[in-house]
Amino acid sequence: MRFFEDIEIGARRELGSFTFTAEAIKKFAAQFDPQAFHLDEEAGRRSLFGGLAASGWHVGSVCMKLLVADGQRLAKEAVARGEEIAVWGPSPGFRELRWIRPVLAGDTVSFSSLVETKRTSDKRPEWGILQARNTGTNQRGELVYSFLATAFVPRRKAGA
Amino acid sequence: MTTLTFEDFKPGHFGTFGPRHVTREEILAFAAEYDPQPMHLDEEAAKKSMLKGLSGSGWHMCAILMRMMFDGFIGRTASMGSPGVNEMRWLAPLRPGDDLTLEIEVTEARVSRSRAETGIVTFKGVVRNAAGVALGEMVSPIIVRRRADAVA
Repeated sequence: MRFFEDIEIGARRELGSFTFTAEAIKKFAAQFDPQAFHLDEEAGRRSLFGGLAASGWHVGSVCMKLLVADGQRLAKEAVARGEEIAVWGPSPGFRELRWIRPVLAGDTVSFSSLVETKRTSDKRPEWGILQARNTGTNQRGELVYSFLATAFVPRRKAGA
Repeated sequence: MTTLTFEDFKPGHFGTFGPRHVTREEILAFAAEYDPQPMHLDEEAAKKSMLKGLSGSGWHMCAILMRMMFDGFIGRTASMGSPGVNEMRWLAPLRPGDDLTLEIEVTEARVSRSRAETGIVTFKGVVRNAAGVALGEMVSPIIVRRRADAVA
């Protein structure tokens, strides 16, 4: 992960992709969101989604998984260069989350992250606050998912 | 049990649901799969983090909140899915052993312009621990079918 000072507004990172199999969709849904259209192909076909659809929270959780994996890749690269690793803080939340199109069984969604704003924290001078628009696009190039994430990002120590 | 339709959701307090006990094992299992940051997986690293102790992933909190909504009322509602979440605020960390309650308020209920047989009900959900501390707050619309005889 990078420090606040190293992150540029407008910077975009490709986070990788994930294929939502019927099995994975049903497993997540059985645990957290057992609505029929997330559990059963026939119920999915009859729904607004038009097929077995992943829970929106499954899509969100997978995006988080890929965000964390991308951060781990950046950390490894920093270590390889002999640099200090920035350990990111927690997130106070998100806004404008849109499940734009259904994610159906077999769909592969590619996620990316675009930095929109950054500011320093008055209450916590050692932290900056970053906003990024994270999106998911399916194998047909259609935008399926988008949200505006907020995170605490560490600042470089003075003089470092 | 009768199915809840759009007409059953009026602005105001709707209900309080739970408690839902959250174990350390499920916090670790969710984090390992979807959010493997040290603050959600490793006790020592978590102590040094801003959250000062092991905490559940915010996305895990969202998923549990969804399940509590399902068990509370969505499971018997003519729900057709949700277009998104206006805002999710993670206010305080989810801890192993927490017993969560979910307070649901309807903030808006309106008939859909594009699909007359449906309405859009916007919910505000506040999830609290046993001490009454608000851990998360979510505002999200859900598409709900209208009663057949209500559709002109």
